[in-house]
Amino acid sequence: MATDGFLIFENVTKRFGAHAAVDGVSVGVQKGEVFSLLGPSGCGKTTLLRIAAGLETPDEGRVWLDGEDITDLPPERRRVNTVFQNYALFPHLTVAENIAFGPRAAGWPRARIREEVDRMLALVQLTDQAGKKPRMLSGGQKQRVAIARALINQPRVLLLDEPLAALDLKLRQRMLVELDLIHDEVGITFVYVTHDQGEAMGLSDRIAVMNRGRIEQIGRPAEIYEAPRTGFVAAFIGDTNFLEGRVEEHLGDNYCRLGVEGFPDIECFNDTGRPPGEPVCLSVRPEKIRISRERPEPAPHVNVVPARVADAIYLGTHTRFWVRVGRHRVAVWQPHARFLLDERPIRWGDEVWISWHGDDGFMLERFSGADAALVATPPERIGAANGGVAP
Amino acid sequence: MRRSRWPPVVTAAVLVFLWLPIAVLAANSFNRSRFGSSWEGLSLRWYRALLADADTWRALRNSLVVGVGATLTSLALGTSAAVALHRHRSRLQRLHYALVYSPLVVPDLLMGMSLLVLFVALGADLGLGTVYLAHTTFCVSYVAMVVLARLQDFDPSILEAARDLGAGRWTVVRRVLLPLLAPGLAAAGLLAFTLSIDDFVITFFVAGPGATTLPVRVYSMIKHSRNLPAINALSVLMLAATFTAVRASRRLLQEDRP
Repeated sequence: MATDGFLIFENVTKRFGAHAAVDGVSVGVQKGEVFSLLGPSGCGKTTLLRIAAGLETPDEGRVWLDGEDITDLPPERRRVNTVFQNYALFPHLTVAENIAFGPRAAGWPRARIREEVDRMLALVQLTDQAGKKPRMLSGGQKQRVAIARALINQPRVLLLDEPLAALDLKLRQRMLVELDLIHDEVGITFVYVTHDQGEAMGLSDRIAVMNRGRIEQIGRPAEIYEAPRTGFVAAFIGDTNFLEGRVEEHLGDNYCRLGVEGFPDIECFNDTGRPPGEPVCLSVRPEKIRISRERPEPAPHVNVVPARVADAIYLGTHTRFWVRVGRHRVAVWQPHARFLLDERPIRWGDEVWISWHGDDGFMLERFSGADAALVATPPERIGAANGGVAP
Repeated sequence: MRRSRWPPVVTAAVLVFLWLPIAVLAANSFNRSRFGSSWEGLSLRWYRALLADADTWRALRNSLVVGVGATLTSLALGTSAAVALHRHRSRLQRLHYALVYSPLVVPDLLMGMSLLVLFVALGADLGLGTVYLAHTTFCVSYVAMVVLARLQDFDPSILEAARDLGAGRWTVVRRVLLPLLAPGLAAAGLLAFTLSIDDFVITFFVAGPGATTLPVRVYSMIKHSRNLPAINALSVLMLAATFTAVRASRRLLQEDRP
């Protein structure tokens, strides 16, 4: 085993026809953690989850659970349980019967089943709904039945397939907190599939970002966000500015000078030792950039660039600016740290300075156009109509 | 905007057109007169005559035996066909679907004749057995279509969930698939039974002597009976039975929808 962990995928490949839904994935999930598989639809995350559940058989590779090779075990003999995206509750059974399904199939004694069902109903706060049929429940309640129905079997790993996708925003946020509490309570390993970076960030100990059947990066939420290793990760997790340029020269201290058309020289942290002349894509997140009327005091490693405001929308917590530098359009998110009303706000058409620290830029490989279609593109025209900061 | 008077009028006309003959028949079954042209007062005379007729009772018994037998057999065959059609998708399955579906649109006359030719060629004795086989043949298609519709209605991940929760294949069938299919199976069974009880054309071809079913008996009564209006009474009873069965099957199909 090359990878270690509690649930291990070793070189797993699954093809549907000529298309590889999962392409040589190796990853180890640690015991007790919440591990998210995050990616756009069609990236293979659900297929990987179904392989863990035994609902798909991989074409190549092995799956290990707690040191045991479970690749060829049928789903009913694996100690993993799944919370399905559309809940997949049994419509002909009541809430309590749904939850008792697994224990009954396993042949637990009656008294123990009753006791455990009651405990689960209390855990998901559905004790008063025990006798209802699923069609009488709300989306959030169905969701909780699905979780209880899986957890009662005391699985080694709980697999959650986009469990919150069918809920509305408010309910999603509440269920996310509940899921977190449930995880703290039961301490079971969670593998969580989602396309929503907010869910993954909020819940996970570690995240694997997937694209086209492969894992692009594995790390803690902060690592994934602050230090994306590929252009896809940078664009899929949060928003970012991409500036195409090339490495001009090394400056020592792991910094280098970048040339980007229309910009003055840009300094950027270069720990991967990219050689001069190499074309790169500079990624700078919009909230890392400062915007001001006055030219900022020069400081080591800080890039200062003149720009003109093209669009601005006021969002209460911060204002989103889009500024023009040459032919580039750069997004800048400015939090409202000071009491804003005293100041003369920056408006559409103003000449401004933008600045960011060299450590906040990341040099990534050039971003492929096909991948760009998978990530949410920044709204090019938002705010163009009113063209200024609201008072 | 003024609403046109025509839609209700047309609707009423169509309904009268549909139901008038049946209403006349039902009324006549209670008419004391031997001839439908004159009303001589209310009477259960023809119902009594009908119930006293041993041949009719024998025909009813035959119909029920064939109906129940054909229903059970076609339920088993039709359901497995539906499950196969639902689970596997391939070009061969499209052919399978066409073959299961087409008996629904083949004219009864053709079915009856081809079955007769086949039975004669095989040297089979025409009788209740051949009627049972013939009825099973067309009932299978109806059952398969009804059950397939029910299968397409429910979420396949429910079956995956059952296995995921530790149920073996047989437990999945017994505790999830069958209970969920039950209303569909009951509806399909009632439909098959109704079709079998009703069938005249195909039965007429493949029934031998002594294998008279109720519809065939009605036909021979028209030709030979002195108690002609007893047919009216029989028809009303059959109509009532059919209505009850169809209503029950519709109720079952509508129930338990998520």
